[in-house]
Amino acid sequence: MEVRTSVIDKRLSKVKRVISIASGKGGVGKSMVACSLALSLSEKGYKVGLLDLDLYGPSSHIILGVNNFVFPEEEKGILPYDVNKIKFMSIVYFTEDKPAPLRGIDITNVIIELLAITRWEELDFLIIDMPPGIGDETLDVINLVKKSEFVVVSTPSKVALGAVDKLLRVLKELKLPVVGVVENMKINDSTIIENYSKEKDFIYLGSVSFDKKLEDSIGNPEKIMKTKFMKEFEKSVEKIL
Amino acid sequence: MHEWALAESILVAAIDAAEKEKIKKLTEITIGLGELQQIAIDVFKFALDELIKEHKEELGDLKVKIETIESNLKCNSCGNEWKFSDMKKKITDDEGEAIHFIPEVAFVHTRCPKCGSPDFQISSGRGVSITKLKGEK
Repeated sequence: MEVRTSVIDKRLSKVKRVISIASGKGGVGKSMVACSLALSLSEKGYKVGLLDLDLYGPSSHIILGVNNFVFPEEEKGILPYDVNKIKFMSIVYFTEDKPAPLRGIDITNVIIELLAITRWEELDFLIIDMPPGIGDETLDVINLVKKSEFVVVSTPSKVALGAVDKLLRVLKELKLPVVGVVENMKINDSTIIENYSKEKDFIYLGSVSFDKKLEDSIGNPEKIMKTKFMKEFEKSVEKIL
Repeated sequence: MHEWALAESILVAAIDAAEKEKIKKLTEITIGLGELQQIAIDVFKFALDELIKEHKEELGDLKVKIETIESNLKCNSCGNEWKFSDMKKKITDDEGEAIHFIPEVAFVHTRCPKCGSPDFQISSGRGVSITKLKGEK
């Protein structure tokens, strides 16, 4: 009998809002959006947690500049690390950032274990950095984190939208709360994502233009806060609040 | 003490199951501890005892039995089967500790001893589970 799922609701009981940053497509900037949202909310004075569930390609630790992979402290569970006032948990603390070749059932087991043993305690927001697609991780979060809302990220591309649309259709079919759609890496005046959002009745959370200098700030949260990306993304943050 | 969180999940699940089955009083629980998770049994038992005290009403008379479940790992590539204990000497203390936290990290830190593939499965002995639950309706 699976026992760990029973305790997940209790672990998240003091978390006011859970927001999963998802996309049907990889490479659209989900981790950047997740980390920036966490940093922005934290700077506004909210208590924020960030959970990286992209188990094949965890990136949040790179964006936040975490490179010391020591096991988290144990205290009736495991305590997330404090990274720039954000409570942070990622599989990298256990893998030493080595590759994790996992099959579906193993992915589910890792997610259940992390959710069952991590003690987030009181949080205003728990941000989940999701992997791309509508596979195991997305279905697991839907099943296990009952109060999760979804912010969906897309780039202004027909190709990205093709996959993003599939994720949004699943979320809509399951009547799950979609906060809205963020358009990332905008390079021209395309209205493809805004029009799609209107047509399908999703809230368009705004666009962030492609910031050529953003890469220079990766690994340095203070620098990220000062980027053009962050300045533009703040408008989306206000709508998410 | 991450054993505490696992002990807590066992008891929360037991209480939930009792509610579902309309069992008024739980009398006996058998807990399986998978070898891969390398639970410190004394720490786990201590956590269970403390948590049972917090739930005297539902669990006051609960008899606890704990059994260790031997691990069985099977390679998806060559079909070889082995046990975690066979390879424990080949991993570092930190790698063993990481597997203790999240057993699937075995796919990161270990390989099939015969062909070297990371593509294997944990057939048994992964982590904590309830193998038997008795009560009075």
